[in-house]
Amino acid sequence: MDIDPREIDNIAKLSRIKLDDAEKVKFKNQLVHILEYVEKLNELNINNVKPIFYTSPLKNVFREDTLKPSFHRSNILNISPSHVNGFFKVPKIIE
Amino acid sequence: MEYNIVIGLETHAELNTDTKLFCGCSTSFGSEPNTQTCPICLGLPGVLPVINRKAFDHTLKTALALNCEINDFVNFDRKNYYYPDLPKNYQISQNHFNVGNNGSVDIIVKGEKKRIGINNVHLEEDAGKLVHPEASDAGHSLIDFNRAGVPLVEIVTNPDLRSIDDVQGYMHTLRNILQYINVSDCKMQEGSLRFEASISLCRKGAKVFGNRVEIKNLNSMKAVMKVLAYEISRQKELLDKGAQIVMETRLWDEVDGVSRRMRTKEEAHDYRYFPEPDLVPILVDKKSIDRIRETIPELSAMRRQRFTSEYLISDYEAGILTESKPLADYFEECVKLTIVSPKELSNWIINDVLRVLNEKKSHIQDFTISPKMLVDLIEMKSEIGGSIAKEVFSEMSNTGKDASSIVREKNLTPLSNAEELNFIISKIIEDNPKAIEDYGKGKKSALSFLVGQTMKITKGKANPKILIDIFREKLENNL
Ligand SMILES: [Zn+2]
Repeated sequence: MDIDPREIDNIAKLSRIKLDDAEKVKFKNQLVHILEYVEKLNELNINNVKPIFYTSPLKNVFREDTLKPSFHRSNILNISPSHVNGFFKVPKIIE
Repeated sequence: MEYNIVIGLETHAELNTDTKLFCGCSTSFGSEPNTQTCPICLGLPGVLPVINRKAFDHTLKTALALNCEINDFVNFDRKNYYYPDLPKNYQISQNHFNVGNNGSVDIIVKGEKKRIGINNVHLEEDAGKLVHPEASDAGHSLIDFNRAGVPLVEIVTNPDLRSIDDVQGYMHTLRNILQYINVSDCKMQEGSLRFEASISLCRKGAKVFGNRVEIKNLNSMKAVMKVLAYEISRQKELLDKGAQIVMETRLWDEVDGVSRRMRTKEEAHDYRYFPEPDLVPILVDKKSIDRIRETIPELSAMRRQRFTSEYLISDYEAGILTESKPLADYFEECVKLTIVSPKELSNWIINDVLRVLNEKKSHIQDFTISPKMLVDLIEMKSEIGGSIAKEVFSEMSNTGKDASSIVREKNLTPLSNAEELNFIISKIIEDNPKAIEDYGKGKKSALSFLVGQTMKITKGKANPKILIDIFREKLENNL
C-alpha cells in the first residue's frame, strides 16, 4: 500500500497546514500504517451487514423554538485573538 | 449560432424561526454585531447542538409542498471547509439523507404549464457575515456571527430550466409557495432568499452539453436574472469563436454588472462530508408526515382556479388576489361576511385596498381596515353614494375608524333624514325657476347655484356631492 505524494499535499492544503519535505515523508508513512490497519476490515465478508452511521440508539432529539439569552458580547470577543467595534477581526479575505 | 440552455438553481430560504438551528440565540435581523451568539453557534469546544423542532418541521413542510418523497431516515452531515465566516470550519448540512427528494413544482411560462423537477430539499445552518472595510489598504476583514447557525432550507432543482423566463417563473412560484406555507418571509433586502445558479450551453442539435459554470452569491431574483443574461451572452460569444467554456465558479458583481471568476475559496470542491456525530438521526414516520401535511394550506395555483369558478371573477383578478395568502384570506373573509357580490369586493380590494397599501408601502396584514369594516362600508354605499364611499374609505385607511362613525362625524348621512332633505330640495326647486330653466338649457353653473342654496339652508350639513346627484336626478327626470 502506498499514497501518492500529491495526496499528502492536497490533505495538507485542505487542512491549512504547511509541511516541509521531511514532514511529508513522515506523515505519509504514518497514514500508510493507519490505512493498512483499517484495510484489515476488507478481509471480512460484510455483504449482509447494513451500514451503521450512528452507534448511539438515540434518535429524534429536538429542542423547542424557545429563545435563550445569548452570551454577553464582550465575553465572547475577549476570547478571540482580535476584535474591533463589536466585530471579530481577521486577516483580510480576498475575493 | 443557436444554443440550447440548461440551468439549475439552488435556493436558500431563511426559515422563520425565533431561534437558531442548534441553539437558543435569536434570529432577528439588524441587531448589533455578535450580540446573538453563544458557544454553540460559535462552535466552541465541548458544546452539543440540538435541532430546533420548528426548523425541521418547516423543512418537512417545504418538502411536502414541493411534492417530494420524504425519507424515513434523515441525518445531518458535516461539510468541511475553511472560511472565516464559518466558526466551526464545517457547516452542518445534509448530504446523504435529505429531508425530501424527487419533488416537482409546476410553473406557468408564457401561458404554458411546465414541470420543474426538485432534486432535493434539505436543512442546513447559515454562516456568519463578512464585512470588508471600505479602505482598500485595510489589512483586515470583520466578522459578525449573528447569522451563523440561522436555519436555512435549501431547495435544489434538477437542470430543467431552459430559459431566463423559466427561471423567473420558477423563482416567483417558489417564493409564493414558501410564503403561502409560512416557512419563510422571503425578505430579499434581509437576504432571507438567496440563490446559486449553474448554467451550460450547447449548440442546437449537439448531443453533449458544454461545461457547467456555477454562479454564487446571488442575493436577489433580479441578480439571478441579470447574471444569467450576462452569462448566456458571455458563453455564446466564446462558443461562437470556437472557444471552450471553462468549468468554474463565478461571482456576480452587482456594481459592474459582470460575473467574475472566483479566485479563492473552495477551488477544490472537496468537502469531505461525513455524518455529524453530535446529532442523532431523525426517523420520520407517517404520523408526523400527516401532521405536517395537514398544516399545508391550499396553494395559490389551486386557489386562483377556485376563485374564478366559485366567485366568478376573472383569472386576472384571481391572480392578483391569490398572489399573497394574507390578501386571498382577506378577500375570502369579506366574501363570508356579506351578500355583496365577490366581484364588487374584488374590485374594491384590487382598486382601492391595494392602491392604499402601495402608497403606504404596507401589507394587508397591517391594514387599518379589517374585512368587517370594508364590508360595512360597501354595504353602506347605496345609501351614501359611490363618491362619498371612496372618501370614507380613504378616511378609514388614515384613521382606522369605522365607516359609520366617519359618516356620522362628518355629517355624511343626508338620507338618514331623507324626508327633511327632500322637502328642502323640493322647496328650492320651486323657489328658483330661473335656475331650473338655465339648467334645462345646459347651464351647468345652475346646478352649483342650487347646491349652494341648499348648503345655506342646511347650514352646511348636507353633503354637496350627494346634493349634486339628487338635483341631477330630480331635474333630469322632471320630478
Ligand atoms: Zn447561539
